[in-house]
Amino acid sequence: MRKLVTILSVCLMAIELPAQETTFKTNGPDDFREGKHAFTNATVFVAYDKKITGATLCIENGKVVSVTVPATGKEGTSLAGYIRHDMNGKFIYPSFIDLFADYGMPEVTKPKWNEDPQMESNIKGAFGWNQAIRTDFHADRNFTVNDKAAEEWRKAGFGAVLTHRKDGIARGTGALVSLASAKENYVILKPDASAHYSFNKGSSTQDYPSSLMGSIALLRQTYYDAQWYKNAGTKAEFNISLEEWNRQQAIPALFDAGGDWKKILRADKVGDEFGVQYIIKAKGDEYQRIEELKKTNAKLITSLNFPKAYDVEDPYKANWIELEDMKHWELAPTNCAALAKAGIDFAISASDIEKKDDFLAALRKAVKYGLDSVVALKALTYQPATFIQAYDQVGSLEAGKLANFFITSKPLFDDKCEINETWIQGKRYELKAFDAADIRGTYELVINGPEITKATLKISGDATAPKAQFTNADSSKTDVKLSYKDKDITLSFTTLSLKKENRTGKVRLTGNIDYSKNSWSGQGQLANGEWVTWYANQKSGPEADTTKAKTDTTDVTKDLGKVVFPFLSYGNEQIPVPENFLIKNGTVWTNEAEGTLANTDVIIRNGKIAAVGKGLSCTDCKVVEAAGKHVTSGIIDEHNHIAISEGVNEGTESSSAEVRIGDVVNSEDINIYRQLSGGVIGAQLLHGSANAIGGQSALVKFRWGYTPEKMKIEGADGFIKFALGENVKQSNWGDHSTVRYPQTRMGVEQTYYNYFTKAKEYQKQWNDFNAAKVKGAAPRRDIELDALAEIINRKRFITCHSYVQSEINMLMHVADSFGFRVNTFTHILEGYKVADKMKAHGANASTFADWWAYKYEVIDAIPYNTAILTKMGINTAVNSDDAEMARRLNQEAAKSMKYGGLSETEAWKTVTLNPAKMLHLDKQTGSIKTGKDADVVLWSDNPLSVYAKAEKTFVDGILFFDKDKDLQKREEIRKERARLIQKMLNDKKGGGATQEPAPKGSSLYSCGADHDHQH
Amino acid sequence: MRLSSLFFILAGIAAGANVSAQSEVPAPAEKQKQPIYLTHATVHAGNGKVWNNATVGFENGIITFLEENPSFKTDETLGKVIDCTGKHIYPGIIAPNTKIGLDEIEAVRSTNDYAEVGNYNPNVRSIISYNTDSRVTPTVRSNGVLYAQTVPQGGVVSGTSSLVQLDAWNWEDALVKEDGIWLNWPSMLSGGGWWAEPSAPKQNKDYDKNVAAIRDYFREAKSYQAVVHPKDNLRFSAMRDLFNGKKKLFVRVSRAPEILHAIQLAEEFAVPLVIAGGSESWMIAGVLAQKNIPVMLSETHDLPRSDDADIDQPFKTPAQLQKAGVLFCLSIPNGFWQERNLMFQAGTAVAYGLSKEEALASITLNTAKILGVENKLGSIEKGKEASLIVSSGDVLDMKTSNIEYAFIQGRMIDLNNKQKELNVKFSKKYGLN
Repeated sequence: MRKLVTILSVCLMAIELPAQETTFKTNGPDDFREGKHAFTNATVFVAYDKKITGATLCIENGKVVSVTVPATGKEGTSLAGYIRHDMNGKFIYPSFIDLFADYGMPEVTKPKWNEDPQMESNIKGAFGWNQAIRTDFHADRNFTVNDKAAEEWRKAGFGAVLTHRKDGIARGTGALVSLASAKENYVILKPDASAHYSFNKGSSTQDYPSSLMGSIALLRQTYYDAQWYKNAGTKAEFNISLEEWNRQQAIPALFDAGGDWKKILRADKVGDEFGVQYIIKAKGDEYQRIEELKKTNAKLITSLNFPKAYDVEDPYKANWIELEDMKHWELAPTNCAALAKAGIDFAISASDIEKKDDFLAALRKAVKYGLDSVVALKALTYQPATFIQAYDQVGSLEAGKLANFFITSKPLFDDKCEINETWIQGKRYELKAFDAADIRGTYELVINGPEITKATLKISGDATAPKAQFTNADSSKTDVKLSYKDKDITLSFTTLSLKKENRTGKVRLTGNIDYSKNSWSGQGQLANGEWVTWYANQKSGPEADTTKAKTDTTDVTKDLGKVVFPFLSYGNEQIPVPENFLIKNGTVWTNEAEGTLANTDVIIRNGKIAAVGKGLSCTDCKVVEAAGKHVTSGIIDEHNHIAISEGVNEGTESSSAEVRIGDVVNSEDINIYRQLSGGVIGAQLLHGSANAIGGQSALVKFRWGYTPEKMKIEGADGFIKFALGENVKQSNWGDHSTVRYPQTRMGVEQTYYNYFTKAKEYQKQWNDFNAAKVKGAAPRRDIELDALAEIINRKRFITCHSYVQSEINMLMHVADSFGFRVNTFTHILEGYKVADKMKAHGANASTFADWWAYKYEVIDAIPYNTAILTKMGINTAVNSDDAEMARRLNQEAAKSMKYGGLSETEAWKTVTLNPAKMLHLDKQTGSIKTGKDADVVLWSDNPLSVYAKAEKTFVDGILFFDKDKDLQKREEIRKERARLIQKMLNDKKGGGATQEPAPKGSSLYSCGADHDHQH
Repeated sequence: MRLSSLFFILAGIAAGANVSAQSEVPAPAEKQKQPIYLTHATVHAGNGKVWNNATVGFENGIITFLEENPSFKTDETLGKVIDCTGKHIYPGIIAPNTKIGLDEIEAVRSTNDYAEVGNYNPNVRSIISYNTDSRVTPTVRSNGVLYAQTVPQGGVVSGTSSLVQLDAWNWEDALVKEDGIWLNWPSMLSGGGWWAEPSAPKQNKDYDKNVAAIRDYFREAKSYQAVVHPKDNLRFSAMRDLFNGKKKLFVRVSRAPEILHAIQLAEEFAVPLVIAGGSESWMIAGVLAQKNIPVMLSETHDLPRSDDADIDQPFKTPAQLQKAGVLFCLSIPNGFWQERNLMFQAGTAVAYGLSKEEALASITLNTAKILGVENKLGSIEKGKEASLIVSSGDVLDMKTSNIEYAFIQGRMIDLNNKQKELNVKFSKKYGLN
């Protein structure tokens, strides 16, 4: 039966469509309809910025014919053949468009967790190598109308959506569809309207990519593969994924950044490499870095998914909420206003909002928080339509466009406005009946029957839900239950009587309203069952409303918290800039031939060390008194994994040379600030140690509050992580991880030979191509082999995670045979066993001070390693690989005095000059020398002492950490938290929804972060 | 500086030669045979007192003499005399809440001996797993840690811990005391995803249920003690000493409200409580002081628990507890090889507000008090066991800390270890001094 109904309704839909050519057959006589409607006397928003009052909107065949203002006295003329709708006092808006819907798409099923590795795609057919590239998916071919889902959208004011399947890194095409309840053939407005991308592999069960940087690498490589395929690759293979990829380059590209603003920058950067300007889906935190986003020139689709206030009644639990989350709660509604102010083109999407019913309220909230209502309309109509080149069809009510609009009784941005009707492709969907006429006033009711035949009925209160009441002779009141709709009215009330005791049982009356006479009449039944006739005539209209309408006039944008950089506690309202300083009378550890100088001054100017000497003066410098204190160059951590977003390992394959930590630097990590407080000015942010050839490093300075790109050290050499031993051969990964090559140290060696041999051949291929006079098709660009070729060409440098002497030896042999040098062995706990060989090879060593016993391969680790390597003349550093230890690397360096008796100077260099050397940064940092970067730390005590504290940390002459300012900031954090907690309590009191407090998840990485603190 | 490193090595050999030949696992020292006097040293007694130019003497493992500028002249006839001019003497450091001897290599399962199957295991005893021949122990001992409280892990009630001295032939020889039963308090937060898909932790909906289950277990265990049972329940029987006050209840718990709930449990069952971990104990220091509840504090070398926290919170927590009058000691929960840095964690606490002697107490006398062995361990006082260390420099500062001698119950122990030997072996290979 149900099926039959469905079939019938489909037929009906087809029949009801506008009278145009169709390939569909009808059962019975054709029932083509022109759908000619005229909406008169309305306030029509023809476009977001064009409002016409007293207008007539005419539609036909699902399209707009005209919007005109008839001359006075000519209203209603020349509307012959139109069904007229008097819209006096009503508002007509063009329907909204959402660009980020998955309406009508097949459901994406989450794959079952499988512990066994899956290195290859398990999709059968002539598709590409990676399951997350789903360019073969076309929304138009998979779209089905879903009236229930469409209804949700329609209620929120939407008439059309760009829909796509939210699955995969390349998601295939999207289709612009209307939200009409009709046959798909008529609902799809624009097939292949857009191509979709993301960083999220979705339902792909294939291991690669497992990290954000892996997703970025996969996208980049696919662009290159597709270029090659277009030029030459079709001779080598037929590849549906790449065929489709290339076809989709011609249509607007929409990127789901799927997270915070940093991902917008990352997506845009991928696009820049390939000359693609993505339209990027944001999440609503763009206000946190609006200027940077403006520079991308990307069009954005933003969300109005404002967080609920936290329930902060319990002070202990409230403590779990971070300030950044509280601040975001307060500032998220200002996001659209910030986008508008910055001049960023943006569209608004309702797709993130859990209940679409909440969308209009959220939109109004954004307007209250400073979004211009015209811009709001623009972001829901013109912008989304033009973003996907569909403004010829939707986005305004100009002649020829789809008749997609909605009608309201109040202006849209009025708090009480509801959408009464929405019309899509000329078809009406009633959502909420228009308000009935105002019947308030004083009536004389006459009932032809009982004891009392006449009574005065007063109807008052809200016009849309009035209350009715009789006043009895004894001046007591009798409430009347009143309901009316259109011309029907019913009343019920307790029997009226002079005597109280007789006021029992209910009288029920029903009748018709004659609006022209303001009178009602009909029949009813008394409490005893007797039928009677009755009527009521209005004696006077409604009394003037003396109670002032309660309008909320509080300016919510007043007294908002400030955006800070980074958007965390300890962030700054102003990004700090270099200043000039004179650091006076300190004990200066130069790390140069001069050694440690007592009572010495250091001048910092324009970000550089301008002078070192005694009795210096500087008129435009801030003076820092350093008597009794120590001044050193800043600590550099050769091995660090903080400030990295979403995955430190792409350990799904034995080589991931193509991934780059530089793509996923996270400027919003509190550990940057904490490490500054330990005198650390920069670090090599390394890929993990899950595979033999890891990813490319990022060399950063801890420029607190700067963007990820600006944290990177300009002009630094390229580095890459390699790894040896147990992590690489998956010794401690559990019984399922026995598939990936290599599983032994023998295999690790062969992995290197294999990759470097390939890289050499690849290089030759390109050299031959570049040298050829007559050029054929270019070889395939392989970003993995690019990185490896750079190593062979000594343009990229290895930092290799290593423990056991045999494999350290092995890698040096591999390097020798390909003619390069292993730059650094990191951890290198058995370095002391092959120190002579390392010296001969020219490798640097970067070691843990005293770690051991955490796995079998560190059983021979000794804390004397640093000292032995140093004494052997190897440039040796002490590293952290740990967010906690990194902020007291000075203590770790001092252990080399205890274990092996290094001098203070030698010990101190292991965390400053020596790591600078091995990172090829010693020309600019690592010592206190005129002309070098002003990366300077002021210590309370000898920096190698456990009692020493960093009091000031300068990076490039910018005072990023200051002990005194830190104390101020703590106070500010406390105050700001307290303010926001009070505000949340008020919000809750005012009926606002809340969410339960919980801390944010932290992601602290070490080398083998994926496997239980295995460094 | 090279000279000093030579000195270190020589000093080590000299010290070792007195007791036993070098070996990868040094042999336990013999019983003290003659009186020993350590002269002209700065003695940090562990109870806050510092004695300058002082002499410590001990006989049969017991401290018999402690005087500043002693009036008598020590000579060989009195016994063995070691001139400690310029050196510092401290009580032997006690590492509580550790896996020393229960774990040899973290990643190698066959060497992990600390977590039994099941949720309620009060009857399993860490001393049974304790490996006196661990290669790790000598590396910890040579930094001055002479005692350890080895602690079972896992489940809800993990088992019974034991205090051991770190120079023993077998576990019977090592055992000082089986001191307490360990309870893992439920967490108010749960989840957090996994490494590839980290998600924010959520409130643990079962927290109240989890707490109630513990309470039920304690109620049943307590009522069990009242009569003799035809069938013995080994688990409940093992709880007896808790209810009669012979053992303490160590609760691993970190958040302030959870600590308060743990106190409610201990009060209900009138069992002596020690908070183990207690990273948020500073938030309720007043309550802890008022109720005399000691804290075995987790690492000083730790990150703050939230972004908003003071960046030096874990560094300064010891000083906050000290100021509030809470009895506390420092620990590296579940550590073993890391215990050789325990004294430096105390050193860091000095930079953030503790006095040096308070910091020393937090790894010696306070620990002894919390473990209930302060009558014989934890400080250098006449009548206490002669378990002490001699350092050429400040023991709390890695820049100067260098243990030259160590005594457990008067026995001069071998400070050599495998790592020192490897250093000697390869230094020799390369011709380094």
